[in-house]
Amino acid sequence: MSYAPERETTEGKVFTVTGGDWDDVVSGTDPIHDERIVVNMGPQHPSTHGVLRLILELEGETVTDCRLVVGYLHTGIEKNLEYRNWTQGTTFVTRMDYLAPLFNETGYSLAVEKLLGITDRIPERATTIRVLMMELNRISSHLVWLATTGMELGALSMMIYGFREREFILDIFEMITGLRMNMAYVRPGGVSQDVPQEAIKKIQEFLKFMPKRLKEYEDLLSGQPIWKARTQGVAVLDVTGCLAMGVTGPVLRSAGLPWDLRKTRPYCGYETYEFDVPTRPEGDVYARYLVRLAEMRESIKIVEQCLDRLKPGPVMIEDKKIAWPAQLAVGQDGLGNSLEHIAKIMGQSMESLIHHFKLVTEGFRVPAGQVYQQIESPRGELGIHAVSDGGTRPYRVHYREPSFINLQAIPAMAEGGLLADVIAGGASLDPVMGGCDR
Amino acid sequence: MSVEQGMFGVGGTGDTSGFSGLVRRRSAVVESQRPLGGEFDEIVDALEEAYPQFADAIERVVVDRGELTLHIVPERIAEVCQTMRDDASLRYELLSSVSGVDYLTDERRLHVVYQLTSMTYRRHVRLECAVAVDKPSLPSVTAVYPTADWQERETYDMFGVVFEGHPNLTRILMPDDWEGYPQRKDYPLGGVPVEYKGAEIPPPDQRRSYK
Repeated sequence: MSYAPERETTEGKVFTVTGGDWDDVVSGTDPIHDERIVVNMGPQHPSTHGVLRLILELEGETVTDCRLVVGYLHTGIEKNLEYRNWTQGTTFVTRMDYLAPLFNETGYSLAVEKLLGITDRIPERATTIRVLMMELNRISSHLVWLATTGMELGALSMMIYGFREREFILDIFEMITGLRMNMAYVRPGGVSQDVPQEAIKKIQEFLKFMPKRLKEYEDLLSGQPIWKARTQGVAVLDVTGCLAMGVTGPVLRSAGLPWDLRKTRPYCGYETYEFDVPTRPEGDVYARYLVRLAEMRESIKIVEQCLDRLKPGPVMIEDKKIAWPAQLAVGQDGLGNSLEHIAKIMGQSMESLIHHFKLVTEGFRVPAGQVYQQIESPRGELGIHAVSDGGTRPYRVHYREPSFINLQAIPAMAEGGLLADVIAGGASLDPVMGGCDR
Repeated sequence: MSVEQGMFGVGGTGDTSGFSGLVRRRSAVVESQRPLGGEFDEIVDALEEAYPQFADAIERVVVDRGELTLHIVPERIAEVCQTMRDDASLRYELLSSVSGVDYLTDERRLHVVYQLTSMTYRRHVRLECAVAVDKPSLPSVTAVYPTADWQERETYDMFGVVFEGHPNLTRILMPDDWEGYPQRKDYPLGGVPVEYKGAEIPPPDQRRSYK
């Protein structure tokens, strides 16, 4: 028995050793089409924007199958809301999409006001402040998107610049609300306190330098060959695909449909502001980048108009049954009830004390019924379905979170593409897991 | 319509608030009559024309706070959605939201709520289906609106409503092995034991609170 082919030569027996049946084994494997591996990306991964888990089936570098797992950040906010009064609800909802807290709050407040039937009685100054804050928030949210997406696609400087400008906006928020994020500033009936004069100055300063900075970002990225190579023609989703998957916001507009709820189903008086809805026909990651950049410019326009419109006046509805009676002021230990107010309710008016106590602990009653309020968040349609049974607490509040809905589109964008493009495509949806999982 | 008694969630002799004799009836708009006003008549007329089984499928029509709600027989929801999406005079291209509400005292207590948006006509309409808790199933609308996929999974996860024909009806936000449906109103919330003389903080739904 021999292990290799042998033949007789003049010099004796020669064995040809070629390695047994390895040739058969090797020719049976197709290195391109048979290298099927399943990769778990996340839930802890720097490129997935939070605790998103992607299960990818790969053939070489090509993604053949993509499944998403969400829910790692589920905190039961909707359930919690049902055990707090209507005003306290703002404190919960602001924590959903943590990059756009003012949208969560405003949407919720608009829904509660619709339930109460007081939409027309909200003071104009309060509405203008809401718009002002939302548009600043839209810029800060888009900046985080630009920063993180830049970082993920190799444009690391963009991250530093994006967060630098966002920090400035957060400083403005801190000046106005006392908090950088999760401020519970917008409340049913108006906003919790007025905008101080120094904040207006800071916003004006921001408006002065921001257009230049936007130009810088554009100079940095728009013509850059690597950025273009990573984004152009990548993760394309057309209008049909967007509507089927329910994708709204900048992603839908970058596919060419100018659907912006601020224009199409206006709220907060957006119909009276002058701004454009930027769109692009391509529907790829690059188009989404251009649309978001253009949206920041439009938001700056709206903020400018808001500043012109800010006329002195109340910032909370003139209804003692809804508006908290306290006049807030910053004291030694932070923001709280003003000393005059404390002096009045504790020293002079028993009725005021009772009223204050009842309104804060019990809250107001909201007539039974249900409403659905749509607003345009930086990520698309934010829908609030609020149900009241006539009590002092929400019976049910459901958030139609654009991050949650938009993430469904990742398999449609990723399958058949390259692994590296999954990152670009996923990032271009701008998902925020706090909003997605709630 | 629900009836509430007292105020602090305490019955019997425990309630010293003086509010125990209080009785409140809470009513919502139950059914609206024609004319519904505004664009709502147009929408309902268009659906009636486009969908021959209208009379069998629509339980009632409610207009409240400037919003139109159509209560649909659960078995018909997919057909109605198909018509709502495809008919030229309706054109609800976008299914904005699917979610549930648990009306604990109702006979068919689990409601599934669909928010439809027409981009062509810039309108919104709400479809609502009520199912009983012992047979909580209705057809899935994923074939009509693929975006319903995750939203129906969430509704299943939170309320235990089964969407027949859904491609992959599994839990989405809660862990896969979770028991119970957290958003149902009778879901036990659980209290927190405190390490002091065996005291325990009662669950939120059993605490003394305003109704």
